Amino acid sequence: MLYFDRVSKEYQDGNKVLDNISLTVHKGELVSIVGHSGAGKTTLIKLLLAEEAPTEGVVSFYSDNIHTLSGNDMVKYRRKVGVVFQDFRLIPNKTAYENIAFAMEAAGKHDDDIAHDVPHVLDLVDLKSKMHHFPHQLSGGEQQRVAIARAIINRPEIIIADEPTGNLDPLNTYDIVQILKKINDLGTTVILTTHNKGIVDSLGRRVITMEDGRVTRDQKSGKFTM
Amino acid sequence: MRASLTKRIVTAGFRGFYRNKTVSLSSIFILTITLSIITAFYLFHAVFTYTLDQIREKVDVRVYFTVDATDEQVSDVKSKLLGLSQVKSVTYTSATQALADFKVKHAGDQLTLQALDELAANPFGASLSVVAKDTSQYESIANQLATGSGLLGDAAGAVDKINYYQLKDSIDKLNNIIGWTNTVGFWLSILFILMSCMIVYNTIRLAIFVYRDEIAVMKLVGASNMFIRGPFVVESVLYALIATAITLALFYPGTIWVTKKTVIFFEGMNINQYFVDHFFELGGMLLLAGIVLTVISSLLAVRKYLKI
Repeated sequence: MLYFDRVSKEYQDGNKVLDNISLTVHKGELVSIVGHSGAGKTTLIKLLLAEEAPTEGVVSFYSDNIHTLSGNDMVKYRRKVGVVFQDFRLIPNKTAYENIAFAMEAAGKHDDDIAHDVPHVLDLVDLKSKMHHFPHQLSGGEQQRVAIARAIINRPEIIIADEPTGNLDPLNTYDIVQILKKINDLGTTVILTTHNKGIVDSLGRRVITMEDGRVTRDQKSGKFTM
Repeated sequence: MRASLTKRIVTAGFRGFYRNKTVSLSSIFILTITLSIITAFYLFHAVFTYTLDQIREKVDVRVYFTVDATDEQVSDVKSKLLGLSQVKSVTYTSATQALADFKVKHAGDQLTLQALDELAANPFGASLSVVAKDTSQYESIANQLATGSGLLGDAAGAVDKINYYQLKDSIDKLNNIIGWTNTVGFWLSILFILMSCMIVYNTIRLAIFVYRDEIAVMKLVGASNMFIRGPFVVESVLYALIATAITLALFYPGTIWVTKKTVIFFEGMNINQYFVDHFFELGGMLLLAGIVLTVISSLLAVRKYLKI
């Protein structure tokens, strides 16, 4: 469903962060992308989210080049992609409920569906009792669970999680990984970037290793190796 | 669907306004200052126009007739003057009235009054006071009244003198002052309007800068540009509504105080009454200016962060 075809990214200062990347992500996969800081993982994610455009090559979602999508098509594409960030990026002046409802409102969902689905998804991430808390009233792990709930609320085809456990303690890390695994088990494709060897090894799924902007290893059922 | 979208945008705007109190209050504060500057200019312009009108009313050109001039001749000149497009009004003063006015004016000057009584006949002739629509037109009127111009015709011999040429320097000075103050006023207004626009734009830009990361997240979760912009527009309209109300509430007692202090200086102009008479016009203008300024500023400021 996702295709990187000879993709390179070079910034104006001449820094080449991605170099001729070609890879395919199939529907229903859970893919971990690992690598040192500066290996190009986050840039790869930014290209997937169309936050940045490649210098060369094409990134496709099914048959669509995502970097040539028009405004409305881009909005539709982004609604098919749920995203979870290391720093959570919740909207600070909205409650947990409102942060999740916002994604549904933006997608034009009916009020009744929002009233039904948001408490349900908060229950899934075990935060129903804190649905009216603002982000600053929640712990890091709780904020990340709200972010995951927001990412899955519109039933996206892919979840992209960029270092989702980077700011969390081991217990919360375990919880978040279990949630992502559960989401994948229900059929959603998950792309996860991480530094955490324990996560990658415990998942036992596909691992793509990056180094200096290149894919150096792509294992179907791999371990964290660098 | 569209009604639901509008409801969500309006609700989000009100919620954002309420929850971001610091940003809302600082934006309202700056906008109130801007609208106060506009109101002060509006009132200043009214006072200035009123004062100039008062001065203009006091300027006239008088056509003095000889004592032998007949009523028909005076009446003929009056109707010809009224036929001129530059003339606003013509007031007739009879010879008898001129004598009475002179006596009143010199009531304390017994010597002059005695000298006047020595004369067998009234030494004053009738006169016409001509007020032009604009002070710059007096010269043109005076030229048309000059002998040989054809306007006076047979009545030319009945005209003793026209006092424009004695007043010419004063009228020219007045014209220069009016022209100069109009030009300065115009450029000052432009300057203040531009400054106001910049102040409001920068305030809104700073307020929205705080939300730049949120806007990026909204884009990434699939919100359309309209869905992101909408609440900011609603908040801007709320800023304008409240700032307009505060400005009007401040200026009402303010104009009462200024009126008490200046009613003599401005020759009877009641600024508070003017403010009350033009309350809805001024309020509408301030609200429109506030909405246009804040909405355009917020649309421009948000646009920058929508480019992802």
